[in-house]
Amino acid sequence: MVWETVIGLEVHVQLDTKSKLFSGSSTTFGAKPNTQAGIYDLAMPGTLPVFNEEVLRMAVKFGLAIDAEIGRKSVFDRKNYFYPDLPKGYQVTQLAFPTVGKGSLQITLEDGTEKVIGITRAHIEEDAGKSLHEDFQGLTGIDLNRAGTALLEIVSEPELRSAKEAVAYLKKLHSIIRYLGISDGNMSQGSMRCDANVSVRKVGAKEFGTRAEIKNINSFRFVEKAIIHEAQRQIELIEDGGRVIQETRLYDADKDETRSMRSKEVANDYRYFPEPDLLPVVIDEAYIDAVRAQLPELPNAKRARFVSQYGLSDYDAGVLASSREMGDFYEEVVKICGDAKLSSNWVTVDLQALLNKNDIEIENSPISAARLGALIGRIKDQTISSKIAKTVFEAMIGNDQSVDEIIESQGLKQVTDSGAIEKLVDEVIAGNPEQVAQYRAGKEKVFAFFIGQAMKVSKGKANPEQLNALLLQKLKG
Amino acid sequence: MSRRTVAELSRSLAQGEFSSTELTRDYLDRIRKFNGVYNAYITVTEELALAQAAAADQRRARGEHGPLTGIPLAHKDIFCMQDVLTTCGSKMLANFISPYNATVVERFNAAGTVTLGKTNMDEFAMGSSNETSFFGAVRNPWDTQRVPGGSSGGSAAAVAADLCAMATGTDTGGSIRQPAAFCGITGFKPSYGRISRWGMIAFASSLDQAGPICKSAEDAALMMNVMAGPDIKDSTCVDLTAPDYMATLNDSLKGLRIGVPKQHLAKGLGAEVESALQQALKVYESLGATVHEVDLPNSHLSVSAYYVIAPAEASANLSRFDGVRYGYRCENPANLEDMYKRTRSEGFGSEVKRRIMVGTYALSAGFYDAYYLKAQQIRRLIKNDFDNAFKDVDVIIGPTTPHTAFKIGEKNDDPVTMYLEDIYTIAVNLAGLPGMSIPAGLHNGLPIGIQLVGKDFDEARLLNIAHQYQQNTDWHLQRPEV
Repeated sequence: MVWETVIGLEVHVQLDTKSKLFSGSSTTFGAKPNTQAGIYDLAMPGTLPVFNEEVLRMAVKFGLAIDAEIGRKSVFDRKNYFYPDLPKGYQVTQLAFPTVGKGSLQITLEDGTEKVIGITRAHIEEDAGKSLHEDFQGLTGIDLNRAGTALLEIVSEPELRSAKEAVAYLKKLHSIIRYLGISDGNMSQGSMRCDANVSVRKVGAKEFGTRAEIKNINSFRFVEKAIIHEAQRQIELIEDGGRVIQETRLYDADKDETRSMRSKEVANDYRYFPEPDLLPVVIDEAYIDAVRAQLPELPNAKRARFVSQYGLSDYDAGVLASSREMGDFYEEVVKICGDAKLSSNWVTVDLQALLNKNDIEIENSPISAARLGALIGRIKDQTISSKIAKTVFEAMIGNDQSVDEIIESQGLKQVTDSGAIEKLVDEVIAGNPEQVAQYRAGKEKVFAFFIGQAMKVSKGKANPEQLNALLLQKLKG
Repeated sequence: MSRRTVAELSRSLAQGEFSSTELTRDYLDRIRKFNGVYNAYITVTEELALAQAAAADQRRARGEHGPLTGIPLAHKDIFCMQDVLTTCGSKMLANFISPYNATVVERFNAAGTVTLGKTNMDEFAMGSSNETSFFGAVRNPWDTQRVPGGSSGGSAAAVAADLCAMATGTDTGGSIRQPAAFCGITGFKPSYGRISRWGMIAFASSLDQAGPICKSAEDAALMMNVMAGPDIKDSTCVDLTAPDYMATLNDSLKGLRIGVPKQHLAKGLGAEVESALQQALKVYESLGATVHEVDLPNSHLSVSAYYVIAPAEASANLSRFDGVRYGYRCENPANLEDMYKRTRSEGFGSEVKRRIMVGTYALSAGFYDAYYLKAQQIRRLIKNDFDNAFKDVDVIIGPTTPHTAFKIGEKNDDPVTMYLEDIYTIAVNLAGLPGMSIPAGLHNGLPIGIQLVGKDFDEARLLNIAHQYQQNTDWHLQRPEV
């Protein structure tokens, strides 16, 4: 039996505002518990919400970035449920009239194909506080610092068909919110959280299967693993004659499994109704135009520009445009060294490897764009070879000497003096008569051996083109 | 001196007839003597009052006073007052010291008034008799066997018995106007959005409105000059600068068109109330007004719509009272669910619980359209009725209540009979209009009130119409034997 996985994602993005959605309390992460909860956040009797206009601007920005319908009139609703970290006993959210309506996101799959994923809506709502179950000897601690922080909940259509597509979608979303500067998208700190609705059906089936919702997955990798695991669980269940039930499940990264959290979820009745303490938010064209004017260049546009302006491959342009910081870094390197292709290689390969290895974001790169540009400049003017450049690159980490100082002090300057190279070639030929004979007998592959020997003797500093030409000339006799 | 109106007291203070401190002591004495009888106050803030009075006297000496500087008032215990017990008439908040001031409290403080204390009220403002208070029933100063009305019963009784010069109240379905009628005083509910709700503990957010409870329309105007106006802390408070309500009190009523709803003169209205109403209309005619019948065809639906919308909003507004952060918490909860259940079962009284249940039901999946949505549609129809009526008339006048104050315990068996007490007042809240009750007669020693309803944000005209009546009658000056 061939199965198809159907996935829809609900992503909560914490908006990067200075103050909360409906109160003036600060939103800084990591403060001492309950030091950032004002009287509204604590749901003191008689307090009222005042809408933070910055949140509206951010939501509209996002809406425009995904080509969505912008709600000309959005309405806040109360979603009622009891939980100790929900001080008012209801969450203020948007049900029928969200600020951001239908839109779409283009994702690039691993094989390079593009797919457009529908976004149903994105609505503004307030975050809850945190319940701390450890350290209180059977009691629960409540930290309301996060309570009332502005969230944008972005709901996709069930159009994702694999865990990989889900991750590609999530990464694209991450990239866009960071481009827009509306959130840092930090999944481990919870500023971007993902719930996945997963179901399976036979390929070709028209109806969706019953879905399970996996809550609060906190990294891209776990999203992938959780979906794979959950789809497999459902397939096995059905193949064994069982039935998937609609429920909420929790992904346990340590055990790599999902388990049931609340099976009564379906019975929850949130009793939504319009929030009477807030007026509907009405947006006119002028407002939308003003926000549109503030939009930065977005990933797709940047990628297209990199292809046309710098002659990069679609793939490399995509990697470089994947984050605003990466794109900016790249363009600065190009500006300094003047070589778009070399810059692309160095940024996407060498620098990326270094960053990945140390789990560093490009904005904190140990090698600045200016220094990388200078390094590439020395390859271009043949001061060093590409190979030596890698040695210099290594030396640049944790060293604030300039590129030229490193080359100078470590004696890495390329040898371009033809006399010196000739001497080197002669030495190598004299020292390896057997291989010379093989070569002359027609075994041309041995040529590489001579290059290797010569480079070894010169410690890699010989200019490769000159070396090549001289060796060829001398071997041919 | 404590039996005078605010306007009179203000003149006396200005002329140096007595100081605010003397006046305040006089009220505090009366409270000590009579509060045991009426139970009008939950908290008396004597120390604060004396300090504010002294400050007011100094302010007056410096010439930095306004008309209300040094006037002693009481706040309904629904208004949060910093560092003062704020109970909302409930066991749930019987230990709650507010960390902040309501905007209304803040504005009176800025005006230099003297706060004598916090008045009794129906629990969470849910009631029409002041019998649902956790702190006991309030007694009507005209007859202590009778209710003062509710939910602002403590404020109304305190004003009627001269235990304060003026008081604040709130009105969700009649909670200022009905007790004003029962206690023979003036109660004013402004348009929804005219006065900030910040710091006023919510019952039904789309209906709640604060207003003055006092002895005359002129006093109401003085209070409105302090209370009304925009507040950035309340998004539903309109961004309209309030006019000077004193400026137009003496405008002529010549040519005033009064509408009397035919539905209000129908079955259910007590003969004594109808007769008082007719006499009041004659007074107005003598002042140059004309009387016209108006039609409010959907008014019979108002009580039903109200008892869906108000409980629905209340069911969410009262969710915050969960025992987690402040207020009452049950003893030794076994777990979270037990804590919620017992805290709320023990902390709320039965009327509050009844309304939470009704509201929860009305919002439940499958019932929302039939109840909440339908009620909102009716609300729109009721507003349309008023809009249509106001095409032909400037003010609508009718009874405030069907009859005079009833006896304590008389209507406790059937909540619906109690709900019908507000039959003439509720539609005004649903439409968001300004309304007031003024005394217009006495029957068997009990006051009768008539209700004046104005156009949206036309409070100044309403106060003018009431003031002119009071200039030509003396019902508002009648006082019970205390």
